[in-house]
Amino acid sequence: MAIRSARRLALALLLCGLGFSACAPKPRPAKTAEIIIDQLAFSAAPAELHVGDTLRWDNHDMFQHSATAKDGQFDVDLPAGRAGSVVLRRAGIISYICRYHPGMSGQIVVSE
Amino acid sequence: MNRLFVTAAIAAVASFATAASAAPAAKPTDPQIAHIAYTAGVIDIAAGNQALGKSHNKDVLAFAQEMVRDHTAVNGKALALVKRLNVTPQANPTSASLKAGADAKLTELAKLSGAAFDKAYVQNEVAYHRTVNGALRDTLIPDSQNPDLKALLQTGLKLFTEHQMHAEHLAAELK
Repeated sequence: MAIRSARRLALALLLCGLGFSACAPKPRPAKTAEIIIDQLAFSAAPAELHVGDTLRWDNHDMFQHSATAKDGQFDVDLPAGRAGSVVLRRAGIISYICRYHPGMSGQIVVSE
Repeated sequence: MNRLFVTAAIAAVASFATAASAAPAAKPTDPQIAHIAYTAGVIDIAAGNQALGKSHNKDVLAFAQEMVRDHTAVNGKALALVKRLNVTPQANPTSASLKAGADAKLTELAKLSGAAFDKAYVQNEVAYHRTVNGALRDTLIPDSQNPDLKALLQTGLKLFTEHQMHAEHLAAELK
C-alpha cells in the first residue's frame, strides 16, 4: 500500500517536472468589471483589474459617449442607454476620456 | 453683431431675474422655463445644422454633430417630461428674444464661408453656451418648481458646460 502511494507520488512529480499544466499555478479567472456613466461622469474605476479582464462601460445617460484611451489602445462607442466593453490587453495606468465630451475623464490601473 | 446678440440674450434672460427682484411674482413659471430651455435647444440645433451644411472643417463638423445630437436628446426628454406632467410650454418674452437674436445670427452667418464661417460659428457657440449656462445656473434652475424639470435643467447645465468647454477649445484651435 505504501509502495503504491509512493509510486503515485513519484509519477505525479515526474508529470509536474515535464510541465503538465495541472501542476502549474492556477491562472486567474478573467472577470468583467463595470463603470457606470451617469450625468456626464464616469464612476470610480474598479479595483484590481488585470490583463485579460473585460471592462464594460454602461451608459445611463441620454447622450452618446465614448471611452477613448488617451494612448489609443481602445476607443469604445457608447450610444445613449447602451453599454460597450473592451478586453484589457496591456498592464499600466490608462487615462481615458469621452471624445464627445472631453471634460469627462477617468483612469484605470491594469496589472499583469 | 456677436456681442450685440449675446448682450440681447443676457438682457432677455436676466429680465426675469430683474423683474423677480422687483416683484417676486414675476419669476418665470415652470411652463415658461420649459419653453425657454426648449427654445435654447432648438436654436443650437439650427445653428449646428447650418454648420453641417456650410463647414468643411472636420473638427467643426464633429462639434456641430455633437450639438445637434445632444440638444436633440435633451429636447426629446423635455418634450416627454412636459407631456407626462401635462404641462404646455408657454411662450414668453425671454424665449421670443432668444429666438429673434438667433435668427439674426443665422442670417449673419449664412453670408460667411470657409474659415470665416467656422470661426464665427464657434465663437458664437462659446458666447451662446456661456449665456445659456449663466441663465440656467442663476435663474432657470433656482426658479423651477417641479423636481423633474429642475433635474433635467441640471443635467442640461452639465451638458452645456461640456459644450462650452469644447467650443472654447475649438475656438482656440481655430485662431
